Amino acid sequence: MKAPVFDYRAPRSLAEATAILRDAGPDGRVLAGGQSLMPMMNMRIVAPGVLVDINRIEELARLDADGGTLRVGALVRHVDILHSPLVKAGWPLMSEATAYVAHPAIRNRGTTCGSVAHNDPAAEHPSVLLTLGGSVVIASAEGRREVKAEDFLQGLMTTALEPGEMIVELRYPPVRPGTGWAFVEFSRRLGDFALGGAAALLTLRGGVCEEARLTLVGMGEGPVRVTAAEALLAGQRIDEGTAPELFEAAVQLARRAVDPTDDVHAGAGYRRHLAGVMARRALARALLRSGRTHHA
Amino acid sequence: MPEQQTITLTVNGRVHTKDVATRTSLADFLRDQLHLTGTHLGCEHGVCGACTVTVDGRSARACLMLAVQADGREVVTIEGLKDPAGVWHPVQKAFFENFAIQCGFCTPGFFATAIELLGQNPDPTEAEIREYLSGNICRCSGYQAIVEAVRAAAAAMQDHQRG
Repeated sequence: MKAPVFDYRAPRSLAEATAILRDAGPDGRVLAGGQSLMPMMNMRIVAPGVLVDINRIEELARLDADGGTLRVGALVRHVDILHSPLVKAGWPLMSEATAYVAHPAIRNRGTTCGSVAHNDPAAEHPSVLLTLGGSVVIASAEGRREVKAEDFLQGLMTTALEPGEMIVELRYPPVRPGTGWAFVEFSRRLGDFALGGAAALLTLRGGVCEEARLTLVGMGEGPVRVTAAEALLAGQRIDEGTAPELFEAAVQLARRAVDPTDDVHAGAGYRRHLAGVMARRALARALLRSGRTHHA
Repeated sequence: MPEQQTITLTVNGRVHTKDVATRTSLADFLRDQLHLTGTHLGCEHGVCGACTVTVDGRSARACLMLAVQADGREVVTIEGLKDPAGVWHPVQKAFFENFAIQCGFCTPGFFATAIELLGQNPDPTEAEIREYLSGNICRCSGYQAIVEAVRAAAAAMQDHQRG
């Protein structure tokens, strides 16, 4: 199908973009990479009256670190993240997750900020932002505000974005030395939407877990942090001997933390089982990678 | 005129200036207004990969880009793959020689993706080829021949570079 008629605007500055969005109100929609919005418009699931194409606003293509915090502008494409030495060195969880995002042609255009704004429950970037404790910088004609990931991501394709607002930047705080990371995902065909996945961070010092993060992907209305498992692992000595039992307990908590539903791709029982498998794989891989920075 | 706009873009080395409806996809623009019907439209929501073209050197789904977004850009379609002397691109030649084309519907998208891969990675492994082409669907089920064709194209292009 074809997209319905809309009023197309291509502002050259952020001020111009937010002014258009203010005037458009709920009828306005930001077009960045278009890899989710355009299909939804072609299928007529959404029909914005005013389409604000931000692709000509050069300042939004910035990808850099400011005082240890990674800043990802609204025009940074998945392919830019994937090939960034800065991201790989400081936020490798993000590099690993981005390799699972769709296919090359989609990664060439799709943006990380767009993925977070769309908040599809099977998408990688909302869960990565949540796991890394990041935040979302939002602009409107009235000014800017910064919202933490857990407050921004509100449910099935729902966020804290209000009419007249747009994401300008994602911020990721520095990852502590000694932190192991892993992002794993399962899909029927490489690059397709995940049936399930998990992101894990394990910060170890002298073999003892100082902090754990575990997030499940594709299991509910959005990314699910398994805080019970995080609390269980924190303070524990994690090594080859203790890991199997600790991770098994975390797996059980992961399965309890999700409430998947049946759909055409998989049943709820299958998904709940998968939540545990993904959690175990992510934790095991994160453990293998932990402590490296600390000992180096 | 927010619902109609004049754009200037380069397609296969030729500059075009056209009026387009802003809701027109790049794929429909190429097919209907430039009559370059080699870009095929399958699903129209970015899943099948048939409409993949090259925009400013990167592969892109022409169904998920608006023609107005291509204003000022450089687009290459399957019609632009031959060299000026009319000689096929090594990827085209390799697909033909390895029987990697059956009905041909998916082929233009595979070319765009394979050419991008070989630009980044001149000697890909079979696994790397399969991963890179995973966003292009062939429903004649010809993947084996397609993978072989990309390997053959890689070898031919490397031989050519060595002289």
